[in-house]
Amino acid sequence: MEESIDKKKLLKTMMRIRAVEEKIAKEYSQQKMRCPTHLSIGQEAVPSAISFCINKNDFAVSTHRGHAHYLAKGGDLKAMIAEIYGKETGCSKGKGGSMHLIDTNVGFMGTSAIVGNSIPVGVGLALSCKLKKSDQISVVYLGDGAVEEGVFYESLNFAILKNLRVLFVCENNLYSVYSSLDVRQPKHRKIVSIAKGIGAKAEQCDGNNIEECLKVCTYAISTMRKEGGPFFIEFATYRHREHCGPNFDNDIGYRTLKEFETWKLKDPISNYQNRLLKEGSCSKKDFQYFAKEIDDEIEEAFEFAENSNFPLKSEAFKGVYS
Amino acid sequence: MRLIKYSEAINEGICEAMNSDKSIICFGLGTTDPKAIFSTTVGLEEKFGSERVFDMPTSENAMTGIAIGASMNGIKAIMTHQRLDFFLLAMDQLVNNAAKAHYMFGGALSIPITIRLIIGRGWGQGPTHSQNLQAWFAHIPGLKVVMPSTPSDAKSLLISSIFDPNPVVFLEHRWLHNSLGDVKKGLIKKKIGECNVLKNGKDITIICMSYLTIEAIKASNYLEVKGISCEVIDLSSIKPIDWDSIFYSVKKTGRILACDTGFTTCSVAGEIIARVSIELFDKLKAKPLRLAMPDVPEPTSFGLTKGFYIGAGDIARKCLAIFDHKTDNESDILPEPVPHDIPGDWFKGPF
Repeated sequence: MEESIDKKKLLKTMMRIRAVEEKIAKEYSQQKMRCPTHLSIGQEAVPSAISFCINKNDFAVSTHRGHAHYLAKGGDLKAMIAEIYGKETGCSKGKGGSMHLIDTNVGFMGTSAIVGNSIPVGVGLALSCKLKKSDQISVVYLGDGAVEEGVFYESLNFAILKNLRVLFVCENNLYSVYSSLDVRQPKHRKIVSIAKGIGAKAEQCDGNNIEECLKVCTYAISTMRKEGGPFFIEFATYRHREHCGPNFDNDIGYRTLKEFETWKLKDPISNYQNRLLKEGSCSKKDFQYFAKEIDDEIEEAFEFAENSNFPLKSEAFKGVYS
Repeated sequence: MRLIKYSEAINEGICEAMNSDKSIICFGLGTTDPKAIFSTTVGLEEKFGSERVFDMPTSENAMTGIAIGASMNGIKAIMTHQRLDFFLLAMDQLVNNAAKAHYMFGGALSIPITIRLIIGRGWGQGPTHSQNLQAWFAHIPGLKVVMPSTPSDAKSLLISSIFDPNPVVFLEHRWLHNSLGDVKKGLIKKKIGECNVLKNGKDITIICMSYLTIEAIKASNYLEVKGISCEVIDLSSIKPIDWDSIFYSVKKTGRILACDTGFTTCSVAGEIIARVSIELFDKLKAKPLRLAMPDVPEPTSFGLTKGFYIGAGDIARKCLAIFDHKTDNESDILPEPVPHDIPGDWFKGPF
């Protein structure tokens, strides 16, 4: 029954990310987490699937919407929450906040607030692996907006040129802040076709179906390990909450309620739960058990963050140079 | 004495560093081409192999990010651009990433990268092949900026830059590439943040950097004859800057002329004047002076660049004015060489 164990773990990985984000959303209005925060609710399947296909010593870099990627890579939960609270125990010692998360112990090499900014960094990590004759891979998370940046083209071009093991994970959630794809990219051109056009191996995948994500990622990564070279995957996904902050924003008029509800029906977690129930590989009791375990861990992390100290004011002036 | 060219000193510096540390890589557009970036990268690929020394796509921004990413996993990158101006495409990676990473990730990362940028001048380099943007780079916390003016500094500062755990912007003036100087063999280092007092004097402190150092020395020799004793400080390092030596000198002379190869407004020279005025107001015997390039782009035409660059004559005139020296034919003092737009007969263009 090894397969069913994996399925439970897959589900639990997604549930854990969701629960962390829900808790942040719940507490955000207290004004204690005082930094721009971009939640991944609705987009949990992709990083969860990837976490099953890569090793601890593989690298990953991510974006402003990076909580899910950090957690899926094994980033320390307490250090992340403390960082959002601006505490000295935070993963960046309070100097980075939600948009600058890092945990080098698990190869999570940082997130960036600037669109496209971490793409070449991930490629550089892959270059270092090649120079060191290591078969580690580097995962680059990016959004649909980042493919509009010149640096995306530049980075993918170099990764192909040097045959570097970079997994480009494009989470296409249709919006760059409140600007939809229609106003940013030509109507009938797929993002995946850009990557193919540049010369990358590339696939498209339903980012709400975790087992499909797992299948595509497993294929991509085994190809990369065997043959070297990058792989690009475009995942269709959707953020449930507002661009930045804890609320829903379907009322402000940049997307329709109908669109939101259509995507909500594709929610990766509830759909997977239903599927596992139907298959009989999980019971409702299992879900409750997972939820309880996760909630306990999250409570502890928030308590840790709340009880941690702010860094000394003098720390602001330290650490500019190493 | 072992006289070698500035460009050879750069090449030696890279060789010595790469010989001593296998984690160093070297790349840039033209690194392995027949001209080898004004001969500064000649022979490197043969010595160290094409994995460590390579040409690159014309992707300044991504290549900077790639150097940053590689540096997070123990690689030390030397990246070169044949003109500083091309590197402006990489400001996101330089400013938002390289300069910030150590600080904003709470010390979890260090970014040991060296970015060699070559500054052009004259012979039609024009508005976008000639910019001296040291003040831009020095403005950003987290970056170090050096501007060697002698072959010895070129080699030793380059080696120090490569082994520095921080991002260093290494500014090389094209007009210095053929200058000769005594350069020690081996893996020589010079501390980043230390200036060179090239000449001791008692009447006025002249601060300069990069190619202007040559002009300042010429001016100081002329002024010596006129009875004005100049202390010439070649900054060598723009950030950190050697405030101790600057203050020590100005306390002694009571007068300062800060020269700058960059545009006047918000120049490094302006910063020096500000700091000296704040710290040593009581010690100044005359108003502090600044001499930097005018706030206009460098024009291209041979005709338009006549008298455009600041040089030894301008420096001498500024100093004479402080001492109320009256000279009949002021404009004849240390005139521009003819032609005015090349560093010497060795330069035949095009860049």
